Amino acid sequence: MSALLELKNIKKHFPLKSEKLFTKEKPLLKAVDGISLSVRSGETLGLVGESGCGKSTAGRMALKLLEPTEGEIWFKGENITNYRGEQLRKLRREMQIIFQDPYASLNPRKTIEQTLAEPLKIFGMPKGQVTQRIDYLLDVVGLSSYHKQRYPHEFSGGQRQRIGIARALALEPELVICDEPVSALDVSIQAQVINLMEELQAEFNLTYIFIAHDLSVVHHISDRVAVMYLGKIVELGDAGEVYSNPKHPYTQALLSAVPETNPHREKERIILKGDLPSPANPPAGCKFHTRCPFAEDICRVQEPELKLVSTGGQMAACHFAKEVVTEGNFT
Amino acid sequence: MESVKPLLEVKNLHTHFFTKTGVVRAVDGVNFDVKPGETLGIVGESGSGKSITAMSILGLIPSPPGRIVDGEILFKGEDLLKKSENQMRQIRGKEISMVFQDPMTSLNPVFSVEKQMVETVLAHEKVTKKQARDRAIELLNLVGIPDPSKRVKNYPHEFSGGMRQRVMIAMALACNPSLLIADEPTTALDVTIQAQILELFKKMQKELDMAIIMITHDLGVVAEVCDRVLVMYAGKPAEFTDTKKLFDQGKHPYTLGLMNSIPKISPNKEKLIPITGLPPNLGDLPKGCSFAPRCKHVMDSCLSIDPTLQEIDENHFVRCLLYEESKKAVTT
Repeated sequence: MSALLELKNIKKHFPLKSEKLFTKEKPLLKAVDGISLSVRSGETLGLVGESGCGKSTAGRMALKLLEPTEGEIWFKGENITNYRGEQLRKLRREMQIIFQDPYASLNPRKTIEQTLAEPLKIFGMPKGQVTQRIDYLLDVVGLSSYHKQRYPHEFSGGQRQRIGIARALALEPELVICDEPVSALDVSIQAQVINLMEELQAEFNLTYIFIAHDLSVVHHISDRVAVMYLGKIVELGDAGEVYSNPKHPYTQALLSAVPETNPHREKERIILKGDLPSPANPPAGCKFHTRCPFAEDICRVQEPELKLVSTGGQMAACHFAKEVVTEGNFT
Repeated sequence: MESVKPLLEVKNLHTHFFTKTGVVRAVDGVNFDVKPGETLGIVGESGSGKSITAMSILGLIPSPPGRIVDGEILFKGEDLLKKSENQMRQIRGKEISMVFQDPMTSLNPVFSVEKQMVETVLAHEKVTKKQARDRAIELLNLVGIPDPSKRVKNYPHEFSGGMRQRVMIAMALACNPSLLIADEPTTALDVTIQAQILELFKKMQKELDMAIIMITHDLGVVAEVCDRVLVMYAGKPAEFTDTKKLFDQGKHPYTLGLMNSIPKISPNKEKLIPITGLPPNLGDLPKGCSFAPRCKHVMDSCLSIDPTLQEIDENHFVRCLLYEESKKAVTT
């Protein structure tokens, strides 16, 4: 499988207000601090982590909604890092985003038809075809054409998310970044939307980057998973492998913290101490060492690199994960 | 457990909201009881009436437009609905206390944690300010806040989300309540922090011997901490039983639908089976069973008859026509 999108050591540092007077130096919030990922055509890559780990920032950089501070973004073999204006606009046709909050991401003063027609008009679809296309899109996401004269407030959360999906699919993109698309929805509706997304992926051969904090949802939908902690990827690999045999202590703790829906199974739980450190002032060495139950001296000074830890291509950034040496690169 | 007198009994509770567009039956006939020291889970989706049930117990229903139109809420044998506002104020925060979902909006941002905690203690107990402050520090220590004597002087914004929720729990525990109502206490938190807070709830319950009503939409949380569960749908109970029984032999089509909708972390991925359709509008409920339009097993009679809660097995109550013939009629 070829890589559709490649992120090469991208970083995003947001300048914060300086605490000192008369200095030009501003402290930096390192939201994403050097991640490399490649997304294969047709796959779903899950990006998990807790709030503040940089998963949304990474997703937005991939779409170039945010400029990376450092690093390169490649899409279909082209370096798009410095694309501007018209070039970028053309690119946007091929990559779209579904946002978390279906209440905030639709314009309340536009009917569904207007919302969906906008991208089609911008990209020069003849008027006659627009209506047809909108009817088709609504049908695809499980709504009816009579819905198009309505405004967002007339829909429930799940229906709005369907509209958000229709909007993202309007221009037949190849890559869709899904930023917590189901976390605002009730369980019964969440399952409907997840199934819909899976069906659409098969039908239109979409590639998803699925950003979420819900580990079971990510496991369900993803082929591969990247676990992030404080702006870094700590573990990456095949979803089944990462979930059944996590190598990084953070992934282990994260998975053990998921409430078990089977009351008979007593799970051994790793309760992490303390909170997520602030990304404005991350710890030195391995960023996880402050909460890691296995931290040793080396973790406090030296930051571990992401290395291959299984023959299946699983990678982890931990000094104590056993490295496996094989030919080839799996990133 | 059988012979233990319940701490709280909610009987036939109806809380309605009278709005311009009509009557919204947010809670419409709910029965349950909580035994001393147990954890009862109330699960349901948005609009199922779970929070309104909790607010009704505490007498916090905004009126107008809301009103408890029928029912009894017996706490230690006394009907809370017959209490005056003054008497309720004595009970709230002392006998029954509450932890809300969002710790940022439920703490006052302009007062230090110390001031807010001392206020709670002084309101209910005859102690000096100094004693109240010591109590505050002791409580923060109890809920696992490091360096409590210093942290007590901090303002809410100086705490992280998980720490704020700990502060909320400490405040709720200030007067040793016998019942703690926690409304989605971990929904706003990350999973590693959620695990910490759930652990804390279990520990506190053991140490202080109090009953907890845990309101949540997360069946995982229920499986973790609850002894018994009430599943609610559209303002009415759907199923009420032991946690284990619910997960092993859940009966109501809605309960089963919910369980099938949750992705499970297991090696073989199965397709999710969602519940079709949308929850009903509480101001305009369908005739008959309110779950009927979404139910896989819907029968003709479901569209006209609204079922009642039946005990189909020992301590297993289901409100569904599918099980009505196999019942032994019980008046609940």
